[in-house]
Amino acid sequence: MSTTTRTRAATDQEPEITEELIAAHGLSAQEYAEILRLLNRAPTFTELGIFSAMWNEHCSYKSSKKWLRTLPTEGPQVICGPGENAGVVDIGDGQAVVFKMESHNHPSYIEPYQGAATGVGGILRDVFTMGARPIAAMNSLSFGSPDHPRTSRLVHGVVEGIGGYGNCFGVPTVGGELRFHAAYNGNCLVNAFAAGLADADAIFYSAASGVGMPVVYLGAKTGRDGVGGATMASAEFDDTIEEKRPTVQVGDPFTEKRLMEACLELMATGAVISIQDMGAAGLTCSAVEMGDKGGLGIRLDLEHVPVREEGMSAYEMMLSESQERMLMVLRPEKEAEARAVFEKWDLDFAIVGETIAEDRFLIMQNGRVKADLPLRALSGSAPEYDRPWISPPPPAPLGPVDRVDPIEGLKALISSPNYASRQWVYQQYDSQVMADTVRPPGLGAGIVRVHGTRKALAFTSDVTPRYVAADPREGGKQAVAEAFRNLSAVGARPLATTDNLNFGNPEKPEIMGQFVKAIEGIGEACRALDMPIVSGNVSLYNETDGQAILPTPTIGAVGLIADLDQAIIGQASPGDVLLLLGGPGTHLGQSALLAEIRGREEGPPPPVDLAAERRHGEFIRAHHALIAACTDISDGGLALAAFEMAEAAGTGIAIDATDTAALFGEDQARYLIACNFDAAEALMVAAGKAGVPLETVGRFVGNDVILGGASAPLPELRHIYRTSLAASIT
Amino acid sequence: MRAGVIEFPGSNCDRDLAVAFAAAGARVTRVWHKETGLPKGLDVIGIPGGFSFGDYLRCGAIAARSPVMRAVVDFAGAGGHVLGICNGFQVLTETGLLPGALMRNAGLKFLCRSERLRVATTDSAFTRLYAPGEEITVPIAHHDGNYTADPGTLARLQDEDRIAFTYADNPNGSLADIAGVLSANRRVLGMMPHPERCSDPRLGGEDGLRLFRAVAGILESA
Repeated sequence: MSTTTRTRAATDQEPEITEELIAAHGLSAQEYAEILRLLNRAPTFTELGIFSAMWNEHCSYKSSKKWLRTLPTEGPQVICGPGENAGVVDIGDGQAVVFKMESHNHPSYIEPYQGAATGVGGILRDVFTMGARPIAAMNSLSFGSPDHPRTSRLVHGVVEGIGGYGNCFGVPTVGGELRFHAAYNGNCLVNAFAAGLADADAIFYSAASGVGMPVVYLGAKTGRDGVGGATMASAEFDDTIEEKRPTVQVGDPFTEKRLMEACLELMATGAVISIQDMGAAGLTCSAVEMGDKGGLGIRLDLEHVPVREEGMSAYEMMLSESQERMLMVLRPEKEAEARAVFEKWDLDFAIVGETIAEDRFLIMQNGRVKADLPLRALSGSAPEYDRPWISPPPPAPLGPVDRVDPIEGLKALISSPNYASRQWVYQQYDSQVMADTVRPPGLGAGIVRVHGTRKALAFTSDVTPRYVAADPREGGKQAVAEAFRNLSAVGARPLATTDNLNFGNPEKPEIMGQFVKAIEGIGEACRALDMPIVSGNVSLYNETDGQAILPTPTIGAVGLIADLDQAIIGQASPGDVLLLLGGPGTHLGQSALLAEIRGREEGPPPPVDLAAERRHGEFIRAHHALIAACTDISDGGLALAAFEMAEAAGTGIAIDATDTAALFGEDQARYLIACNFDAAEALMVAAGKAGVPLETVGRFVGNDVILGGASAPLPELRHIYRTSLAASIT
Repeated sequence: MRAGVIEFPGSNCDRDLAVAFAAAGARVTRVWHKETGLPKGLDVIGIPGGFSFGDYLRCGAIAARSPVMRAVVDFAGAGGHVLGICNGFQVLTETGLLPGALMRNAGLKFLCRSERLRVATTDSAFTRLYAPGEEITVPIAHHDGNYTADPGTLARLQDEDRIAFTYADNPNGSLADIAGVLSANRRVLGMMPHPERCSDPRLGGEDGLRLFRAVAGILESA
């Protein structure tokens, strides 16, 4: 092996590359052999760190890439699909919505407040890096059993961290999910979504262009925080978890807010050629990405990087995950203008390198070469695995189900932290900053007006992990279908999707099988419902001591309401009729009722008929003017959906059905509609013509909830519904 | 009417406040915190909500010492109208333009939700369009809205009819349910709830818009 003089010079202060060191970097023996082949020499310590950062699961998608390629990512509405910081979708009038969802699971489990906070910070950066001002945030949270000793601290910390960051930054949080299940005892999930608004002709991308252009570092200073974070996020947990705390970064939303304002101001000057935020693996990933996409090399001189602490090595600087930092390639003639913008906002601005013509990632520190790597190979040669997988066994049929008293069933659901009101969480998030929130979180999809227009965007986040565990393919379809319904129920036309795929260890064939089948289902549903996937994130190795989470492919979706007059955002009124669209409930397999009241997670999940989903969603949108209030039916079936409508409206409800499956079945493609009698007649006629099953199932009346003869006063149920979440996690 | 909206780094309701002033008919100018003087001809200054300077030392403390606030204090001293909302209220107590202080919510959590307020006085340019004792619904969104003052200050506020709004269901532990207070000359109002968030029927109400209309109307006719 040839080792050049300069390489030896660079390594003399760095640790020797040993088998232990290679393993500690999460690189397999084959991966290290590939590095030796690419370089034709041994890597320096800094180079080993760079490879580890680029080739870990979190950054390289090496286990998932093969399957992600099968997802639909195109459509006339798509301006930019996966591969950039976030997806870009046309919303008409020269405007675009830019969005993505990303996980921060591992850091949040180790240090809940900062882990969740920096998750929000990272996704907001992804959005404003593209030139979009963030206008909405959501988060999908999965925690262990409420009585697990760690759960309460995690919930409080994560919720406060999300609020602490998003509230200060100034983006309204308008939706999300919260679930509890023992399968998350050892690994919580924190999936953060953000969407921004941009002019369609002013989107910024990461590809550098032009040789000799200055590479500029912006934002907060670099510290030692987060060194190796991306590698940590690509490993299973065991009992050494407490030792991993130093790999979690610390968030500074105030700096991020200034960074956003400065970036948007700078973009408006025309100075920015390309821009990339420093997220996982910080300086390394961002620089390689800009060079790789632009077909250029990058040279960095690390002594110019603004640092928070003395004596940082090249290795630490290249792998730091300090937050609130950006890398840009700027037009040299605009440097003074750019510098002035950043000085206005009191942010660091430093030229740290330049673009070069050769295919080279050259890292210098005080005139010494610390890394000299072929840039294209760093990302292009990242390993890709076709991991073995086995088809999940079909679920056993559901055994006999005895009748459940309807009120007893409803009380079991609304007293469960899984289905009680989420108000305790949502009121910790500012849902109204920017003064365009039309519909706050907690009532299905959140809605934000497009500032200064009559348009609005609707946001939802959905997945039912029980279903995915029982039948990954149907469960994957169902997650997309539920997102489609939540958007349709507020009168929005579903536009596109972002997916955040959380699974266990992909090296286990049964886990890989869940992943493969869930992707199949998601892809099929996205195609059928015309909701292409424009961005996403994969989080694997969500396992502790060999126990995997429930497969949780979170679907974040965005819909467009062309005019706020078409939004369905009203409440039911006393006297209104309750209509059920989509047929009676029949399916209790994997139902929330059986899981909560009997502890039975059994049987197949409800099958998803995508053609019916599409037909029924279109029917709702077409008849928005006749509908006072609408909700989709999902977990908890007709009974829970009807109760939530009545509770929100503050009126009693009477439903005739008595059969357990009719009340609590979770058959798909169904909605509940509240409207007056005349509108109900008109809807029945329209449904008849359209061939859509629509029937009257109840009436909003009185002050009691009446389900098939059993009843309870609304105030009593409301008290249970509104207090059970806080009570179960304090 | 001409309204000036101050912008600190970390302000995040500045646009919202400007939109509400504009909806009430004002011409709005934004004023950057590093300015040492105010634009000529302003009739009212708005200090917006948000997290000025990250609220890192104490809410509003650093903003209160920024160059533009010296000019705002002079403006108020000369009889100018000043409206501070949420973080803006905190800034006004930190500058001493309003008495008292805002501590962490009694429940220790950030709270964002609609609250019923009672209009405690209609004797100000801001509250004159409400009926005495009227109940209005205005959103709150804060972590540090727990108003406190020493007994003498509270007695003075009560004696001088300077409590502008009180909470119907005190959400944060505020002394005497206080949600907003006026200065001695009744021309500086600080309040934790966000009237700018309920100044548009599309966003759940117009109870807040009357406050902006009230101040715009009185200054227009002045």
